[in-house]
This record gives sequence, C-alpha cells and structure tokens, in this order.
Amino acid sequence: MPAPTGVLLLRIESVIAANRFGLGARPGELSRIDGNPRGWLLDQLQGPSRLPKDIRSLPDTASVLLEVQEVRQMQREANQAAETDKPSPDVVQKFGAVVRKHYLSQTNARFRAATDTDYPFHERLVHFWSNHFAVSADKQPVSALAGLFENEAIRPNLSGKFFDLLLAVEKHPTMIVYLDNQRSIGPNSMLAQRANRRRRDQQFGLNENLAREILELHTLGVDGGYTQQDVTTFAKVITGWSIGGGGDRGRFSEGVPGTFEFRDNIHEPGKQQLLNTTYKETGVEQGEAVLRDLATHASTARHIATKLLRHFVADDPSEKLIAKIAEVFQLSGGDLPTVHAALVDSREAWQSTFGKYKTPQDFVISAFRAFDRVPDDGKFFVGALDMMGQTPYRPGSPAGWPDTAEHWGGADALYKRIEWSSTVARYAGTRVNPLELGNAVLGPALGDHTRTAISRAESIMQGTTLLLVSPEFQRR
Amino acid sequence: MLNRRELLRHIGLGTVASSLPGISFAKADTDARLVLVILRGAADGLAIAAPYGEGKYQSLRGELALPEPGASNGLLKLDGLFGLHPSLANTHDFYEKHEALVVHAVSSPYRERSHFDGQDVLENGVGTAGGKRDGWLNRALAPLGGSLGNEAAIAMSQNTPLVLRGSNSVTSWAPSQLPDADDDTIQRIAMLYAEDEFFSTRLSQALDSQRIAGDIGDMEKTRRRGNDAAQTNSMMQSAGKFLTAPDGPQIAVVESGGWDTHANQGSMSGGLANKLAGLDQGLGALRKQLGPAWSDTVVAVVTEFGRTVRVNGTRGTDHGTATAALLLGGAVNGGRIVTDWPGLATNNLYGGRDLYPTTDVRSIFKGILWEHLRIKPDYLDRAVFPGSISAPITQDLIRN
Repeated sequence: MPAPTGVLLLRIESVIAANRFGLGARPGELSRIDGNPRGWLLDQLQGPSRLPKDIRSLPDTASVLLEVQEVRQMQREANQAAETDKPSPDVVQKFGAVVRKHYLSQTNARFRAATDTDYPFHERLVHFWSNHFAVSADKQPVSALAGLFENEAIRPNLSGKFFDLLLAVEKHPTMIVYLDNQRSIGPNSMLAQRANRRRRDQQFGLNENLAREILELHTLGVDGGYTQQDVTTFAKVITGWSIGGGGDRGRFSEGVPGTFEFRDNIHEPGKQQLLNTTYKETGVEQGEAVLRDLATHASTARHIATKLLRHFVADDPSEKLIAKIAEVFQLSGGDLPTVHAALVDSREAWQSTFGKYKTPQDFVISAFRAFDRVPDDGKFFVGALDMMGQTPYRPGSPAGWPDTAEHWGGADALYKRIEWSSTVARYAGTRVNPLELGNAVLGPALGDHTRTAISRAESIMQGTTLLLVSPEFQRR
Repeated sequence: MLNRRELLRHIGLGTVASSLPGISFAKADTDARLVLVILRGAADGLAIAAPYGEGKYQSLRGELALPEPGASNGLLKLDGLFGLHPSLANTHDFYEKHEALVVHAVSSPYRERSHFDGQDVLENGVGTAGGKRDGWLNRALAPLGGSLGNEAAIAMSQNTPLVLRGSNSVTSWAPSQLPDADDDTIQRIAMLYAEDEFFSTRLSQALDSQRIAGDIGDMEKTRRRGNDAAQTNSMMQSAGKFLTAPDGPQIAVVESGGWDTHANQGSMSGGLANKLAGLDQGLGALRKQLGPAWSDTVVAVVTEFGRTVRVNGTRGTDHGTATAALLLGGAVNGGRIVTDWPGLATNNLYGGRDLYPTTDVRSIFKGILWEHLRIKPDYLDRAVFPGSISAPITQDLIRN
C-alpha cells in the first residue's frame, strides 16, 4: 500500500521534530511544522506564556503539606489516646485518601497538559528535568507533592541558568523532605550542643542523603571527582536547609509552614572546605555558594550533556557530541535555552533512523495525541503506566527513570503495550481511520510493511492496534 | 486452536534461533533451580542477622538494637553469636531444617556509596560500575543451553534487570489487569514484527510467558501496586509457578525495592521489620508453590551493600559496606552461618563506620553456579566473573 502523495511531500524532519523532540504528532500537526521544523522547536524553548489550566488550578505545596500534617497530627493524637504505636485503620485510610486525591489530580493535570500542549518540546524538557531531579512518590508524603514539585521548581526555571533551576530544586520543600535534609543536624550546631549538655542519650547527627545525591545525581555525576569526605562536608554545609512550621518535631515550628526555611540553630557553624575550595560564607549563603560552583563545574556540564543526549538523541551518544554540548553548557554559564537549542542544532539529532525506543510514558502520551483525545481521569494514565513499569512520579529512587531501550525493552513490557493498545483501540472505536491516522501522525516515516498490515486489518480496531504497536510508532 | 507457540512456528517466527549455527538447544540436563532475589536500596545485614553476642552490639546499635533470643519479640537464635530478625520466622524454620544459611560480612567489590553504582557492580559481576553492559547471570546462561522460545531464565518484572541482560535470550513476566489481545491480532502483530528483530524476539518471549502464566488464575488479578508484602508474595508465587512449568525456565530473578532505611528504620517493629516480614512470607509462598521442586532449589537473597554500624541522626542508618546474604532451599547445605566474622570493634570497622567485608559475594555466586548448576569453574572465572581471581569459589554451599 503506497503512501498517498500528500504524505510523501511532508518532510521527514517534521516527523523527527514531532517525535524525537516532541511527544508525538496530533493530526494536522505535521503539516503545521512542515514549513520550519527547527524553528518550531526553537520557538518552544521559553515555553508557553501561561501554565496549562489543569496545572494552574492545583493547590500549592505549602497548603498540601499542611493538610497532610494535620492528618498526621490526628494520627498521633489518636495513638496517644489509645496508648499505641499502631495507627488506627480509620486514620490510615484518611491519610491514604488525602494523598491519593492529590497524587491523582496532579498526575491527571500533567498528562492532560502533555496530551493537549502546543509546546510538546517544552513539555518534554519539563519531564526530562523533573526526572533528572527525581523525587519518588513511593515515599510519603512525596506522593501528594511530586507533581507540585515539577510545577513549582522545574517549570518556571527552564528559561534561565542551570544554577537557578538547581537552587529552586534543592530549596523546594519536597526535595528536602524526600532526601531527609530537614532531619540533618550539624554536630556542632547550637541545638546539638545544647542537647548534649542536657540529655546525653539523645543523638543528633548529619544525614548525608541530600548532599550525596546533589553531587552524584544532580550536578557532578558519580565519576565527577568528589570523595566521601566531600559528601560529609557538603552535608554539613547544607544543615539547616529545612521547611518551616510543623515538621515532625514541635521545636521546629518557626517559619512559614510548608515553605523553605533556613534554621540557623541546626546549621553547622564555621568555614568548610570541599572540592579544593574553602567556603567562608555563613548561614544559607554557604550552601548557595557551593551550589553556584557545582552548577558551572566541568563535570556537571558533561554529566548534563550526556543525559540530555541520551534522552533526546541516542542511547549511546558519541563522545564528540557530548563534548560539544558540554562546551556549550560551560561557555554559556549553564544557560538552559542555549543548551537546549544546541541539541536542536546538532546534525546527529536529525538522522532519519529512529534509534530511540519510546519510554512507556511517551508511548502512552503519543497514543492519546494521535487520537487527539485528552482523557479526563488520571487513573487512566496511572493504570496503564503502572503495568508498563513506569508508574507516574514513582521511579523508586532519586536516580529517576533510565533512558535506554536496554531498560524499557523487556518482553513483558512490550506485551503490556500490545494489550493496552488493543484496549484503547476499542475505546477509540470506529471513528478513526487507522491508515489515515498513521499518515497523519507518522507521515513518510510509516513504512510500506506497516501500511500494508494496517490496510489489511480485519477491523478498524485491529488496524488502530497495529498502528500503535508498530515499530515506527514505538520508536522515535 | 493452535497455542501461541505453534502459532508462531506456523508463521515462521519460532525458527529464528534454530537457524543460528553452532548453538546447542537442549537445556542442561539438571533439575537444579535458582531464584535470585535482589533487595534494592542496601538492606541492613546487621538487622537481618544481628550479632547479638558481640559485646558492643547493643551500644553501637542503640535504639535499633534487637533484643536477645528468648526475650519478648527477640531475635530468632541461630547460634551463640547471631540471631535472625524476629520478622524472619519462615527463614528461621528453614534454618532449623538445615535448608537455609546466612552469609555474613559479605559484599560486592564495590567500595563507594552510590546505590546505583553498587547495584551495577552487584549485577555486572566485574568489579567496577559500568565495567560491563551485560549481567553475570546472563553470561552464566550460555552453558545451560537455553534458546529463544526456550529460555533458561525469567525476570519477574516487566523489564529485565541488568543481572539478566545480555546476549543470551531471557524472558520476563509481570501480572496484568488488561484483557488479552485476541489471537488473530497477535498473529498479525507477529507478522508486522517479522522483519524487526528487536520486536519479534520480545514478542515471541512474551507469548511463551503468557502461555505458562495462563493458568495462574487469581494471581493475574493481583494488584501490582497493592501492599508491598502482598506484591512480593505474589511475585515469589509466580516465580514458583514458572520454575515448575514443564518447559519453563530454571532461573528466576525477583526484585524488591525500598530497603534504603535512612530514617526511622525501627527495630522489632517499624519500616524495616515490615519489609522483612514481607520477604519472609514471600519465601514461604515460594516454597509452597515449588512443592517437591524445593529440594532442587537455591534461593539467594542479596543486596548491593550494607549500612553503617552506628545509628545516624535520624533513627536510621546510612550507606555502608558489608552486609548479610541468605541462601535458602532444599538444595542448600544449611543450618549454619558462613562467615569470616570481622567483629564490631572500632578498629575492625571499614572506614571506622561499616561492617568490614570479608567475603566477596561473587565467591558465593560462583559456589552456587558450580555446585548447583554445574557451570565449570574455568568458565566462571573466564566468562561469568572475569577478573575475579581474588574471589575464589566458596565450597560446600550446596548439599551433596
């Protein structure tokens, strides 16, 4: 079944722009891109002027944290009354319900935005950076907050420097809670000293979690040239980076509840030396100074370049290309739009072989974009992605989701895509013409073999299934 | 109606492997089965098997210390030095029946503190993170003679963990809540994939697993995101089902996450106790599902590294070095503790903070692969764990 001439006239570059950089084409989109695929991408680097409606209408982190803490307080009181450590089933259920409500509405907003957006490259970048700075909803209360973290720390900071993004992330209450930094106490801080004088049995100490992940995952990378001593020292530097109000301990009640709060009384005093630099700053400025240096470090540039290329271009990007993007990162002082534009401007990103296997998330989003339908229930995405092994906001660790076919290419995961495709094809029903749909969203990239298979399908539903599970639709 | 396998043969998909030269297709002539359980997040070996007999144990572990055997909710006694966590009742029963052993002060060659690199080293088997792109258990599959459509190993997850990734064909399975695609559609998809090796290989593997899993029945309905313990339970049970299927795999890999107890780890009860109880119940469920095949089975429970000996400032423990591993199954020469115990004296701690590693986990893996799966030592040293001369085979892990 040869392609209709109109489709062949579309440029392969448009398909690449929509798929490799975007979230898959909606019907009609390829024609709109076709005049200037590169320009279409570059125009998205600042993002839309307004947040999508679903995202705008979500509550903010502070109010959700407060709500969660109230339920926890109820739990504590109930336990005290019953003289038990075991929370009552009612309270557990209530906590679960509150968390689930927020998780679902945030997931819903995220995927509706991704399905609906006219700025799919920008949205991909939001997803990329949110995954780079991953918080995982398998830890409480992060599941009520992960989407808000993405909207508050990541979204507004993609048109500036990497440092600003980094600072917003590390000061966000969700990151602080996720990596336990509100619990990290300088051994020589005022609080620890006072406590040591009074009650010898109570231990206060550092928690290295956030410091380690900033170095290993957020900035330098695991081979970025830091030592265990650097981790411990950096943990001291950021003691006191906490959240205001409530928390787990009554003594930490100062500050605006649910927002970043620097607590001087648990901050390790004095100058600190790490990565061959002495930091004489005091208070919160000491940590900010370290982050400023980390944000423009050569190892950070390389780490970020490698991850961006692996996400958008190839599982194994060439050394030459990594060096090139890392150089752009360094020369621009980590200016994100400049770095993102350099991806678009690299010749290797426009090769016509589709080398990347879509993640489950991008597979599902691109299917809905192809149908031009925005599901109105977040559960739809959660259920599908859970089965395919990529539960929204639950990568399970601060390393985030991997970005290679090696990880996503399990036999069972493919079978789940097939089952899911045949299920949504049934929902999509008979209003679609699968071959026209294939032409509209894949244009000249849809191969003759797949065209023939679709055109010979015994039903529209089967044809739609074949389109979704085809190698062309699953690769980018 | 044709079953899926026959269907694939009909349309020429099942024949890919048989056209490859020089590969033997008969699976190894052994009933030996292996289940590798990976606990991700660095499980605390000093809580799994606590050295209660060490003078310094109580003081070093502070509020995380577990009560001695005999005390209320105390450790389950292994010997005069070690006791199992009170949540590990099934494991303790296996130990008493000489069907379980504890390996202590064990670690991979990895000596840094990144989970992700630690897991990489545990799974690639070559001592450095990123040192190989395939896993040691995949490399061990070659002498077992599995083939496409007749895989020797299965990952109990949608995607394949590094330890099983590589050039030898493996399969994967996880429960589904979706209706099956109908057979005609599957057949057409198989034809659609015929020219694309990536997709055709995976489809063929998935269809085989579907066939074996077909009569798992109510396990199909298991909510993957249900509670953690139920999930481990169901995965272990399913693994047992696959390992006892007539033409099923002989090796299964089960993963469990959430062992990174930086805060509020708990002692007899609490977060870690719940995780351990879930694991223990899963082991019981696996044993039941395996039935008589249990006597030919080794279950190895391992983690990427251990945790600090001392409690941190947030009632938890931080990333450490050596930890404990469990071997269970009727084939295990059990009822004992395999360790060159370094002790907890401060100057015996690794870096002044961690349990000192005295056994390379690769020695344990080699012992299992040689004595249980009969993979020759020279092949283990050359192909499965290259560069592991410093980790000699641990003998007698398997019952004669």
